[in-house]
Amino acid sequence: MVQVEGLDKIIAGHPFFEGMDDDDIALIAGCGTNEVLEADRFVFREGEPADKFYLLRSGAVAVELHSPGRDPVVLETLSDGDIFGWSWMVPPYEWSYDVRAVQLTRLVSLDAKCLRAKMENDHTLGYELFKRFVPIMAQRMAAARLQLTDLYGNPEG
Amino acid sequence: MVDPMIPTPYRVEQVRRELSDTFTLDLVPEGGGPRVDFQPGQFNMLYHFGIGEVPISISGDAEDTERFTHTIRAVGSVTKAMRGLKKGDTVGLRGPFGSAWPMEAAEGADIVVVTGGIGLAPLRPAIYHVLANRKKYGRFVILYGSRTPADILYRKQLEKWSARLDVYVDATVDTSSTDWAGNVGVVTKLIPRANFDAPDTVALICGPEVMMRFTVKALQERGVANENLFVSMERNMKCAVGFCGHCQFGSQFVCKDGPVFRYDQIRSTLKVREI
Repeated sequence: MVQVEGLDKIIAGHPFFEGMDDDDIALIAGCGTNEVLEADRFVFREGEPADKFYLLRSGAVAVELHSPGRDPVVLETLSDGDIFGWSWMVPPYEWSYDVRAVQLTRLVSLDAKCLRAKMENDHTLGYELFKRFVPIMAQRMAAARLQLTDLYGNPEG
Repeated sequence: MVDPMIPTPYRVEQVRRELSDTFTLDLVPEGGGPRVDFQPGQFNMLYHFGIGEVPISISGDAEDTERFTHTIRAVGSVTKAMRGLKKGDTVGLRGPFGSAWPMEAAEGADIVVVTGGIGLAPLRPAIYHVLANRKKYGRFVILYGSRTPADILYRKQLEKWSARLDVYVDATVDTSSTDWAGNVGVVTKLIPRANFDAPDTVALICGPEVMMRFTVKALQERGVANENLFVSMERNMKCAVGFCGHCQFGSQFVCKDGPVFRYDQIRSTLKVREI
């Protein structure tokens, strides 16, 4: 119970939940847990059940793609105030990439089943959360497209 | 009056290899004496005798009155030939030409430099100026993006600036393996988390045009006014004095009216795809 009360404040202070109604924050906090990862520990790996959604409080994580026989490729890094993981919203609820802490990292994880159930029971809450997710997904997609263009590559090819 | 079309001979004082395809030349006037003055943001036309002439931004310190410093990426026939220049060789130099970063007008404001790839070179004189006149400016933010960690230009200098307590430096790369502990992602991602007072900020932007468009958008979202956004444009400049029309950009010439433009003065032209 003490932990949940503490999480109320932590979650309300995270940029993703900025301005959200106190009651909704309390409801969401009921699904949450604090997590601390040392550098190089994996938060999750590709193919594992996507059973959580993460708020990054401090530190940094790398989203990585592994390919057999090759070095992993870092697709992007995320840091304080970012969120990550939305495979928990999309069946079959499996992670598509690896996420690794690149330094000591503090997270709040929100249990996916718990959160999905609350969003299903309260569509206003669900819509509110989706309104917050979609702009971030759009920004990440735009950034990924920019990365694909090889902006700084040799103009002669 | 010096004829702007006649090159002056300059001697290669030093060649520095920066990256696999990028090098820096220090040039001093043949026969000695001080070089011509320049303002941060301006460029020179460098002539490799018998091969051709190219516009190259000045990347050195305006306070160093002895030499011009140019960082060059070997991408065309002239710049590839220039890569073979050695200490003691002679090149022709016309300039400096073009508009400058608004260093005086920006005094009192926070300065945000957003740049990528070799775009850091034309901004380095502006960075030197702010560092040399640090008390005249508010917060100083340098945001830099490159292709990979191995492509970071002036890496040692970026690290040195980053170590200062009065400068915020953040860098990112577009792609990396796991041995890089820094940021991975586009340079625009660095803008939301940088600490500056957006309504009182002057932003200096230089990089590929696509990168500058998205950077402008991200800075606008932070609240930086259009009249405080400055971009350095790149076009195929030939005469450098607005006669030949090679670098015409709408109603303006990049060589004469630019390369540094205030964003609100060219924003409509930037949307024209055929230019």
